[in-house]
Amino acid sequence: MIIEVKNLSKKFGDREVVKHISFNVERGEIFAFLGPNGAGKTTTIKMLTTLLPKTDGEIKLNNFDPEDNPDEVRKSFGIVFQDPSLDTDLTTYENMEIHAVLYGMKKEVYRPRIEELLKLVELHDRRGDYVKNFSGGMKRRLEIARGLLHHPKVLFLDEPTLGLDPQTRNLLWNYIRDLNQKENITVFLTTHYMNEAEKMANRIAIIDHGVIVDIGTSEELMSRTGTDSLEAAFLKLTGHAVREEEGENEFRNMAKMWTGKR
Amino acid sequence: MQTIYILWQRQVKKYLRSPSRIVGTLGQPLFFLLALGYGFGSIFKQAGQGNYLQFLSPGVVAMSVLFTAVFGGIEVIWDKQFGFLKETMVAPVSRINTMIGRTLGGATVASIQGVIVVIISMFFGFRPETHYLLLALLFMFIGALLFTALGTGIASVLDDMQGFPIVMQFIVTPMFFLSGSMFPIEGLPKILGYIVHANPMTYYVDGIRGLLIGGNHFSLGLDFAIVTIIALAFLGIGSYLFSKIKA
Repeated sequence: MIIEVKNLSKKFGDREVVKHISFNVERGEIFAFLGPNGAGKTTTIKMLTTLLPKTDGEIKLNNFDPEDNPDEVRKSFGIVFQDPSLDTDLTTYENMEIHAVLYGMKKEVYRPRIEELLKLVELHDRRGDYVKNFSGGMKRRLEIARGLLHHPKVLFLDEPTLGLDPQTRNLLWNYIRDLNQKENITVFLTTHYMNEAEKMANRIAIIDHGVIVDIGTSEELMSRTGTDSLEAAFLKLTGHAVREEEGENEFRNMAKMWTGKR
Repeated sequence: MQTIYILWQRQVKKYLRSPSRIVGTLGQPLFFLLALGYGFGSIFKQAGQGNYLQFLSPGVVAMSVLFTAVFGGIEVIWDKQFGFLKETMVAPVSRINTMIGRTLGGATVASIQGVIVVIISMFFGFRPETHYLLLALLFMFIGALLFTALGTGIASVLDDMQGFPIVMQFIVTPMFFLSGSMFPIEGLPKILGYIVHANPMTYYVDGIRGLLIGGNHFSLGLDFAIVTIIALAFLGIGSYLFSKIKA
């Protein structure tokens, strides 16, 4: 088991965003988190990746607790955030190099690794170019390569294909599947695109209002809900109501905390 | 160590790569030297205070370090907005080291800027009278650390660039104007005198002036002590605020 989550909760003020969820991810698995906006996906990922302290429960990533051993956990995963996190004033290679140094890699080790990964995501010929001139798809590819640089056990992908065209999306998923097989890396992803989850993930957890409403293979989810597509299963489990953005909620909550109004 | 070095290098690289930024930040000191240095020169002389350009130039040097350094610290906001900060936050490095690397980088950039302004002011007729150029450089750098840490601290609590003009108007600009960078601080009205004496920039300007042309208002030891102590305090506060940034 590479990720173990038991009874995990997160409260912002008195608003509970993640409510006592439990799940496990097997080594080498591709695991998808599927849920409407504000369901608690990103909050959960932040707790798994040491960016946010949990309110209650237990997390083990590669057998380490993110709060007791943050650095061990950080070495164990790579992440591609929802929003880009590159320094666009630097070149492809420089972005990779900073990452390698931050993760304590030696020059002899990271040089060939950077070459190898840049070839894999087809950015090798752009290694000396400034990232600010890159398209969204190229930036994403670079972020994936960067996330893999330090040989992580788990790769987190938070909406990695948001805003990309279908061709680029396909390409990205091909890389990811390749990596999953070649390096036996565990992939933890969130997405809004049902067909991507269906195609890519071994197992899918459907999360809504901070609760995991169902978990299983896409076939299991369909048969349990008596539907014939993942999208239908998803809508049946989570309803048709449109949700507020998570970020906005968080912000309002902060404002409430500041003004003391509850 | 490696972390600190690579983040220092990042700041310096980014600076050296944007000539527009270098040239852009030289505009202000140029105008001050031109308008004030030449404009007030004769009045200053008539008042028996000697060569105004000689007096003003170290103040303008200190000013460019102040503005460049605070701005370098404020860059944390960009990293927040454009996401690079997250990259450092999930890396297995301490926030303190991240902060140290950035601050050293910002202070290096500001010091380079200060040296450029010394050279420019020499074209206007400024003549350093000193045997302490290296000491002047060291002092310039310590002050640059102070102001970078100040900027980083401010940027850590701001969420976007909206608050930036307020910072400039109510913190940085008063620090510059109320510091004796442009006028001698002897015989000021009482209240202004208090404000000037409470401003760390005053001791910074005085130290730089003393090291470049001699004739400190305070002693050089006092200037060094105050600037160093406040720099350490701001580094501490800045690190604390930086470590509290939420993802």
